[in-house]
Amino acid sequence: MTDTILAITGMAIATYATRASGLYLMRGVIVKGRLKAALDALPPAILMAVIAPTILTTGIAETLAAVITAGAAILRLPLAVVVVIGVASVVALRLVIN
Amino acid sequence: MAAPRGPRVSFSGREFRQGLVDVFPILIAATPIGMLWGTLAAAKGLSPLESWLMSATVFAGAAQFVSIEVWHDPVPWLLLTVTALIVNIRHVLMGASLSRHLGGIDSRWHPFMMFLMADENWAFSERRAHVLPLTISYYFGLALPMWFTWTSSSIVGAIVGRSFGDPAAYGFDFAFSAMFIGILAGFWKGSHTGAILGASAIAAALAKLYVPGAWYIVIGGITGVAVAALLYGEENA
Repeated sequence: MTDTILAITGMAIATYATRASGLYLMRGVIVKGRLKAALDALPPAILMAVIAPTILTTGIAETLAAVITAGAAILRLPLAVVVVIGVASVVALRLVIN
Repeated sequence: MAAPRGPRVSFSGREFRQGLVDVFPILIAATPIGMLWGTLAAAKGLSPLESWLMSATVFAGAAQFVSIEVWHDPVPWLLLTVTALIVNIRHVLMGASLSRHLGGIDSRWHPFMMFLMADENWAFSERRAHVLPLTISYYFGLALPMWFTWTSSSIVGAIVGRSFGDPAAYGFDFAFSAMFIGILAGFWKGSHTGAILGASAIAAALAKLYVPGAWYIVIGGITGVAVAALLYGEENA
């Protein structure tokens, strides 16, 4: 087994462990009230945390492009359009700012 | 076409198609992201087949991008395994949340459903579950096209990616963030959501700057969840 295959296997097992263990974590727990409010907040909080470094700590172009993209998203434009606007604005802003 | 009435374990073409329709924009956005990842993987010495294998078995964009950043020769397989575990630890909470909506689905399918749980199809499943019972057909309508798109675009990127030049020149490196911003808008439920998102963003950005490794996703997520729990108390005091 090469080191590359070993690394991929290790990553795959580690990742599947994280995915499967959630199934058993909440078994028998009644989700309501504060716990439900917290769990409902999880999807947006996680998605935000994944992209926060890119949109807040990379540069002004990325931060402004994120604001423009958020504007398009708030207008409820189709997701594909939102992504195109985001990508186009980051290209334009990088040209202007750099 | 007409799905038989009765237990939701039966396959429904209509539900599968609805999943496919919902995930379609994500497939478009994920294609250049997968190609970008394949390109970066090839630059680090992974063969196209190895790139495909990682996308097929790990199937987690954020972890794959972080791992390729860490990748060097000799391959630090233990470090990469631990990094994948840290970046993906959010899956434990995601799976716990999703498991609330799996009641109507034959539990024999649950392990395979979890294998295909990515941020995007998970987010759509959670949104769907707010309105309608989650079905296995809808879930696979989201997840299977995602898996095929991600694995195919990775191997294409690994084979031909370098002939396109620098992906950042086309802004493709921002497509991932733009896609997440678009998905986030669907979770907006008022000022509480703003507070949750703000707290998560600031905590994650600070953690990225000051905490080594990939803990920022967990730190941001937990901070957002903590804010939601605090606001709930205030509202009901």
